[in-house]
Amino acid sequence: MNNAANIAVDIAIILVLIAGISRFRTPAGARFGNAMAALALLFAVAVALYRNPILSSNAALAALALAASSLAAWRVSANINMTRIPSLVAFQNGAGGLAALLVAIVEMSGAGPAPGAVASAAAAVSVSLGAATFSGSMIASLKLAGKIRQTPTVIPGHNIALLVLSAACAAAAALMFAPGDPTSALVSLAFLSLAFGALFSIRIGGADMPVLISFLNAATGMAAAFCGIVIQNRLLIACGAVVASSGFILTMVMCRAMNRSLMNIIAGGKAPARAHASSSATVSSPETTAEPSAPVDVSQPEQPEADPHSRAADALRDAKKLIVIPGYGMAIAQAQSETVALAGMLEQAGTEVKYAVHPVAGRMPGHMHVLLAEADVDYDKLFEMDDINAEFAETDVALIVGACDVVNPAAKEKEGTPISGMPVLNAGDARSVIVCNFDDKPGYSGVPNPIYERPNAILLFGDAKATLASLIAELK
Amino acid sequence: MSDLLVMLVVFAASSAIGYAMISKVPQRLHTPLMSMTNAISASTIIAALLLFSSKLDSPHKVLAAAAVALAAFNVVGGFTVTGRMLKMFKKQ
Repeated sequence: MNNAANIAVDIAIILVLIAGISRFRTPAGARFGNAMAALALLFAVAVALYRNPILSSNAALAALALAASSLAAWRVSANINMTRIPSLVAFQNGAGGLAALLVAIVEMSGAGPAPGAVASAAAAVSVSLGAATFSGSMIASLKLAGKIRQTPTVIPGHNIALLVLSAACAAAAALMFAPGDPTSALVSLAFLSLAFGALFSIRIGGADMPVLISFLNAATGMAAAFCGIVIQNRLLIACGAVVASSGFILTMVMCRAMNRSLMNIIAGGKAPARAHASSSATVSSPETTAEPSAPVDVSQPEQPEADPHSRAADALRDAKKLIVIPGYGMAIAQAQSETVALAGMLEQAGTEVKYAVHPVAGRMPGHMHVLLAEADVDYDKLFEMDDINAEFAETDVALIVGACDVVNPAAKEKEGTPISGMPVLNAGDARSVIVCNFDDKPGYSGVPNPIYERPNAILLFGDAKATLASLIAELK
Repeated sequence: MSDLLVMLVVFAASSAIGYAMISKVPQRLHTPLMSMTNAISASTIIAALLLFSSKLDSPHKVLAAAAVALAAFNVVGGFTVTGRMLKMFKKQ
């Protein structure tokens, strides 16, 4: 198994995989990289099966499971609506976690030779991580699909319950090393970890979802790597480790973009009273941080000028430079095509158009980029926060579509709010700010947005899709 | 013991190389990156298929088949959906 030729083949496969990932610099390169990675994985499977052929008595079942599921996966993935991508990615992640769990259990309880201490320990980690990522990902997937409430669900004694579950998991893992059949200890560990993952995930919601998704991604990678240790397969260890570091990096990028620590997000259990995302469904009770009456008045035009729609149309017509800021609200309202159509119209008329994307806008890393790409935006027009923030001061119109917290100046100006210190887009610096949000409620953080009260703000509350469509009609 | 050492080296080296590679991925490709690494994490399909290389009793056969099916769903779906996403990124 460890002869030079085998090692060389394994290294070659890992290099193809890494070369594939390293192509993720440009979209065109990434397309090639994705194919390379898929090829590397195919080789890894082929090599593994060549070295340890499947028993002929098992072949039919293995082939059936493989073929049926691959076909189903292909059909689902090739046809699913792109807006359901976050939910699908979470679901797939959960399937991977469950697979790692099952492999470790079969490996440890099967008829094979008694596993050593290293394999047992690795199996314990694999079972635990696999189970927790499975239940955690399924909850995340349901939240992202809108099947369960997106806002955090906190049970009484949530932290204590998590602590007790981790202690119980550790105890179950220790029991695996007792003499005799480890199966019952493994199964208990699996169930305890399932509960842990569910409790862990259910408390994270709304704007913190990108962190959860990245974190679960890292955890499945880790589960795969430990699965690789159980069966002593270098390729599996390498694949798992690469995924784990990728997920970890994304987790950290998301945390940094919110200026919060990972612990703060996963252990905070903060349950904001208002969630912008779900405001259509639940108009929550007034909360202490928001002045109950002030924001409501804003929807009545304070300016003597006519209705905000014609003001917005005028501002857009006169704009030489426009920056569009998409947020999760754009995804909910399904307003990406209208957003892009409006921007495209103005561009045809000579306006310079750019898009500014906050790193945590949406419900997964890079969510807005995918939505806008689907609506045919040239990706060269999409700018990251640091590259575009200085340009707002020389911009005629900032067009906000379903974004609140990521443009909230309170993050810079106020101390002690949940978003204080979070880097935000300087939309308020533009000469006019057109706000196409559902309502005047604060974003997920619950911090009221002072932009709404500024004289340069034009507030077009309501369904962004309809708002933008009427703007397009007016500008035609 | 040397096996363990090799495995640790593979783990550490892959993590380090992965870290270096992925730190450079631009924000606009974060969703496809996550979706692709998600597919790669289903490399547990290797372990799942290898379960069938030894004799299994019926309950274990069922579990192993489930593991293959789940991992295959993740790996095939993951690469397919990543490819679809990347195809949408256009430059006019």
